[in-house]
Amino acid sequence: MSLVQNFPFFSIIIAMFSGIISSVLSGRKARNLSLFMITVTTALSFFVLCYCQETGESYTYMMGHFPAPWGNEIRAGVLEGLTATLFGLVMFLAVLGGIDHTAADVEPGKLNLFYIMIDLMLSSLLALVYTNDLFTAYVFVEINTIAGCGLIMIRQKKKSMSAAIRYMIMSQLGSGLFLIGLSVLYDVTGHLLMSPAKESVSRILAQGSYEIPMLVILAVISVGLAIKSGLYPFHYWIPDTYGYATPTASAVLSGLVSKGYIFLLIKIFYRVLGNEHVIGSRLINILYWFGIAGMMMGSIHAIAEKDTRRMIAYSSVAQIGYIYMGIGLGTDQGMIAAVFHIFTHSVTKALLFISAVGLYEVSGNKTDYHSLRGSAYRNPLAAAGFTVGSLSMVGFPMLSGFISKLLFAASALDGTDWKMLPTLIALAVSTTLNAIYFLRQVITLYSGPRSGPKKAAEVSSAGNKSSWMLRTSILCLIAFNVFLGVSSQPIVQAIADGLAMFD
Amino acid sequence: MFWETAGHLSANMEATAAVILFGVGFTMLLLHRNLIKKIMGMNIMDTAVYLFLAAKGYIHGRMVPIVADGIQEVTAYINPVPSGLVLTGIVVSVSTTALMLALTKRLYEQYGSLDLDEILILAKEEEEKAV
Repeated sequence: MSLVQNFPFFSIIIAMFSGIISSVLSGRKARNLSLFMITVTTALSFFVLCYCQETGESYTYMMGHFPAPWGNEIRAGVLEGLTATLFGLVMFLAVLGGIDHTAADVEPGKLNLFYIMIDLMLSSLLALVYTNDLFTAYVFVEINTIAGCGLIMIRQKKKSMSAAIRYMIMSQLGSGLFLIGLSVLYDVTGHLLMSPAKESVSRILAQGSYEIPMLVILAVISVGLAIKSGLYPFHYWIPDTYGYATPTASAVLSGLVSKGYIFLLIKIFYRVLGNEHVIGSRLINILYWFGIAGMMMGSIHAIAEKDTRRMIAYSSVAQIGYIYMGIGLGTDQGMIAAVFHIFTHSVTKALLFISAVGLYEVSGNKTDYHSLRGSAYRNPLAAAGFTVGSLSMVGFPMLSGFISKLLFAASALDGTDWKMLPTLIALAVSTTLNAIYFLRQVITLYSGPRSGPKKAAEVSSAGNKSSWMLRTSILCLIAFNVFLGVSSQPIVQAIADGLAMFD
Repeated sequence: MFWETAGHLSANMEATAAVILFGVGFTMLLLHRNLIKKIMGMNIMDTAVYLFLAAKGYIHGRMVPIVADGIQEVTAYINPVPSGLVLTGIVVSVSTTALMLALTKRLYEQYGSLDLDEILILAKEEEEKAV
């Protein structure tokens, strides 16, 4: 066994231990440790990605001393490596960009707690990506929920407490459903590891027994994870949660946490329930229609929203809708498009939340639509970041959002069934709606007085200028976005390879 | 048909009870306005899952999976895995309950109410006042 094969386990355990160590460190040290840890785990994930691409196959890694049907396992392939690397990068840039605001929003003595939550969050996301065991996945889903709740409530201002309790309630509904789904699955198949469970599932399906329980399992697990990732009818907690947390927390929650659950769902579809069975059931159409409803309703709510952070949050609802629509198409291309959109949305949403911060800094820390008038002249780089993010969400060529829209449209055209027309119409309408609210915001940024309101000028002269860390983070995220948009082919190929390895 | 279904249900009595309890807990967590009752609902929901798992792990006429009297055959004991899952689940549910109770306490201190709807209205009013 080569050394690289240990890396998925190392990255999970390093992240978890830095969380534990941070509990006795001061805020600054915990912050530096956290940044260092994210760099290390991202590098490790990148090595895993390279290793899997070189060997061209996935591998499983035994945890503890019991072999396959009983023990616990980690599994790594191209898609796992790629997702873990990307999550690490986005996490790093989100933490780096929001450093000053985190320090300002969190009580001084409690700063290390924030970074404990970040460490735990990364550890649980990596575990969700890498694990091959369903019950381990459940435990890390709960750790993820607790860490997410901590990230929201640590800013003890305004509505963050009530936002946290709503988040917690919806998350608990989701994890309850997920847990009972797992229990029924264990009862029917007798396995918790994904590969042996899949063998039992295919045997059961071939015999045609347990038809209703299999459908219930599929429904309950999908709905549970859909609630947790904020699919349209269950999205009520999203705007408050993302709108009132500190910028880093918003970027992490919207860019990564919901994506971790969707990744787990895709993994369960492919590696446990069998994708043919999932596509064969009518449930996939429900995900498809809810996805489309989310694309429309998220954008319509966003148009009506005055506060920019809540607007970006509602835009997340729409983007989650895109991903579920891709999954609901039920073709391989649709799934590739959905996974690519997971990446696009992580990068772009982090960019939007972080660069919006740069604009608030020069507008007297106001977040509503009108106060940002003309702020582009006061902080050009942040405005450029916001513009790139907006254009990417709208689907401007050369940016990552364009590629995902292209992939969605192409996969809709390839599928010969009735889903072609609704998908194309939904894409067109949703793009228009996206353009309305994002471009309206961008135009507002570049219009109005160059000097800005007096009050804001006073604030910015009081030394509230963006730090180099915020600027670096925005620059890196812009570069990342353009990279995904310009050279998407290797990434798309890696996703296709990774999905093929899932079977 | 009815008697057949009833027969199936009573043969799987524990599973039936677990699903009913799960439904009760889920509805309470989703719809009840009082935060403490919501947390109770969450606990009922989790306990229902443990009942389901424990019932499915039990094999009639076998012993607790602790080696006693030197009996080594696996056929003498019940399936230990669901018990392990229940233990793990209890740990998870205790920690989420603790977190939610702490949050509820903070909210009660801030708004003087346990009614979630009222808290949300108060929070909104507070925000409008600040703007």
